[in-house]
Amino acid sequence: MLRLWPLARNCKATKALASLARCSSTGAPAKVEVFVDDKPVQVEPGTTILQACAEAGVEIPRFCYHERLSIAGNCRMCLVEVEKSPKPIASCAMPVMKGMKIKTDSEMTRKAREGVMEFLLMNHPLDCPICDQGGECDLQDQSMAFGSDRSRFTDMEHGGKRAVEDKNIGPLIKTIMTRCIHCTRCIRFASEVAGVDDLGTTGRGGDMQVGTYVEKMFKSELSGNIIDLCPVGALTAKPSAFTARPWETRRIDSVDVMDALGSNIVVNTRTNEVLRILPRTNDAVNEEWISDATRFAYDGLKRQRLTAPFVRNAAGQLEQTDWETALVKVAQKLVQVPGEKVAGVAGGLVDAEALVALKDYLNKLGSEALCTEEIFPMDGAGTDLRSNYLLNTGIQGVERADLILLVGTNPRFEAPLFNARIRKSWINNELTVAVVGTRVDLTYDYDHLGDSTKILADIAAGKHPFAQTLGKAKNPMVVVGSAALQRKDGAAIHRAVATMAQNARVQSGCGDDWKVLNVLHRVASQVAALDLGYKAGVEYIRNNPPSVLYMLGADEGALTRDQLPKDCFVIYQGHHGDRGAAMADVILPGAAYTEKDATYVNTEGRAQYTKTAVTPPMLAREDWKIIRALSEMTGNALPYDRIQDVRDRLYDVSPNLVQYGAAEDANYFKQAQELAAGISGKLEEKPLTPSLLNLKDFYMTNSIGRASQTMAKCVKAVQEMP
Amino acid sequence: MPLLDLAQRQHGWLPISALHAVADLLKMPKMRVYEVATFYTMYNREPVGKYFIQICTTTPCIVNGVGCDVILDCIQKELGIHLGETTPDGKFSLLEVECLGACVNAPMVQINDNFYEDLTVEDMTRIINDLKQDKIPKPGPQSGQGHRFSCEPKGGLTCLNTEPRGPGFGIRADL
Repeated sequence: MLRLWPLARNCKATKALASLARCSSTGAPAKVEVFVDDKPVQVEPGTTILQACAEAGVEIPRFCYHERLSIAGNCRMCLVEVEKSPKPIASCAMPVMKGMKIKTDSEMTRKAREGVMEFLLMNHPLDCPICDQGGECDLQDQSMAFGSDRSRFTDMEHGGKRAVEDKNIGPLIKTIMTRCIHCTRCIRFASEVAGVDDLGTTGRGGDMQVGTYVEKMFKSELSGNIIDLCPVGALTAKPSAFTARPWETRRIDSVDVMDALGSNIVVNTRTNEVLRILPRTNDAVNEEWISDATRFAYDGLKRQRLTAPFVRNAAGQLEQTDWETALVKVAQKLVQVPGEKVAGVAGGLVDAEALVALKDYLNKLGSEALCTEEIFPMDGAGTDLRSNYLLNTGIQGVERADLILLVGTNPRFEAPLFNARIRKSWINNELTVAVVGTRVDLTYDYDHLGDSTKILADIAAGKHPFAQTLGKAKNPMVVVGSAALQRKDGAAIHRAVATMAQNARVQSGCGDDWKVLNVLHRVASQVAALDLGYKAGVEYIRNNPPSVLYMLGADEGALTRDQLPKDCFVIYQGHHGDRGAAMADVILPGAAYTEKDATYVNTEGRAQYTKTAVTPPMLAREDWKIIRALSEMTGNALPYDRIQDVRDRLYDVSPNLVQYGAAEDANYFKQAQELAAGISGKLEEKPLTPSLLNLKDFYMTNSIGRASQTMAKCVKAVQEMP
Repeated sequence: MPLLDLAQRQHGWLPISALHAVADLLKMPKMRVYEVATFYTMYNREPVGKYFIQICTTTPCIVNGVGCDVILDCIQKELGIHLGETTPDGKFSLLEVECLGACVNAPMVQINDNFYEDLTVEDMTRIINDLKQDKIPKPGPQSGQGHRFSCEPKGGLTCLNTEPRGPGFGIRADL
């Protein structure tokens, strides 16, 4: 079985060999012709029989083989007959050879599959009726398609089938290990993608078990993916156990908002309730994985929700009311105060439609005080040039990079799938990683340059030895975490990072299409907000105390009540009764990301949209509609009535906001750097520390996570379990 | 694997802390050490006695000589323990194992690193009594086949029984 920990070293050797081989051969390697069921196909040399068959349109049954994992070849389900071979061949592990004649539906192949299936089922419990995998189980489907129609399993002596003790690997994954067919996909995922070598096989032969050996939690931020990988019902989701059958659920394609990557997801619903969240394949963003927060925080969508408008009464208590009363109250207040005394602040989960509606509305009232909770340095070019605040290289760009410098970020918890990409590249492409910031476990080795900001200045000035390394790299990337830019000296850090990126860009001669500077955001709304012209950070509001503050999902406590004037009227619009709602005078219940058609722009600048999977609870409404209704009440109605009109408006502001699926390039690095030259700020002595250091910090990063019981259990388990 | 063996020799058996020490030493994930240690049956993951008796009960040992059944009975009687058990004083452990590769000298037992072959009931009793007094009996073939030296056949050598011929034997005279 292939194991990853020596692989990192071995692959360097094989790489060297491969490059030698490449030198000796001339030109591109010729394609190999093979015959799948007498149909000729041309494939690259080195492809496996299984892949060749897939190219010919023949799907070979498999359990252990998975495209994104290493090849194990231990389930034997993919056996096929190859002419002139006395035995059937495991097609997933066998490379094609010239003129190979593969028979995928011959007598021998069918018999081999039937035999393998019989062996697998011999020790697999017949508990499909109570198994959560039922209906989406590879074993079920394949035994229907390839298994025998009768059983030789008689069990005269009532000896029973093999039974294995269940393992407790944490609050997310339910294990019924008797169902395990030892495909080792979970083990390979843990060691290759997640980088947490917690799972393995113990024992041998009939006593072999998949598990952790010692009772241990599978401590990974990507652990939920082994549920999807498991071809049988051995690993299922604990939070959604026994809730619904897969064929009963409605599946709605959507986008995640737990981090700034915008992982593509499928929301499974039934009876207007989110039952589970699964990943959707998008090679440009999340491949086919999602993080645990994405997958399991959905129960937070049912708790702590704002289901009706609230108004603070004379006694200072928030009192439930209806929409009319609440809106009239807000409208009265808004017409009383001068427009420039109104300010807006947007939180991390707000969609672009609501952002543009609030901005248009406040602009109409005469206010320019629109801020985001997340801080971003506004000095120099600030947020005027998109290249300053995007992950310019793109998530997929990591696979082309040969050197990454991470500054003040812990991508493992700030953007788990970005980290998984780096790990993938580190394993396969000999990527070198260096870190300036607190030493954290990133699941791969890196050069730790230190955590002082002085190192940044040194690299930018070319005084640090790493500056040479950076200059020599062919495709370098510099990734600065948004947490590092939240500091007082954020502008100076940004300037230092931009300078070293620009230097690296010039020295490496990587060409115009390769971008070096990357900003890794932490919240889903930030890029859209900056694209729309929001001011990053609430400094402006602190300096210009407003009479009315409109908080759009602002829950991270950037502004507290005591930072505002005493008589300031606070309106909170959002979906959770979290920190923001607690300080509000009027609460307007909004919709969460699963409850609206909404646009989110990820940290690369890629616009994606969610679709309404369930309706907002009770009186809650879609956010842009609330603002639209309010604008009508104050007599300056916004000019859009339908979601399409809002999106047309988004297009007017910035076309990239509605070019779904595409990440528009930003390319003004040189100009940005010239403008940054004027920044006078000094770097502070304080070490660069990312905001999320440990796994327990990862689960509750926004109001949905904080309301989720599953996430609370995870935090508890991480602290208590070994 | 050699490290695990060293640890087992040092400690008598392999506690989980020893597995962790090996993992630390090799800078590899603990799980990978667990995998190896659980796969191979000769790593004892539970405490064993000072004298770890492994008795071979595979076919040649059953049929050859006096047969392993009587040897096993003898050990169980002498020590008062059954297969898979350890004496209360922690001196002896008894385990049934598959072929240890000394079929020619069957029946046999392995006690720690030593093979005791060609066993009879008397031999076994003597060995156990010696071990009880912490005397290590001479390993190798016992009285079963008349105290033979190694694994030579019963009726004396049937080949290689003449003087070795010198160089040049059987080569054409003209070469």
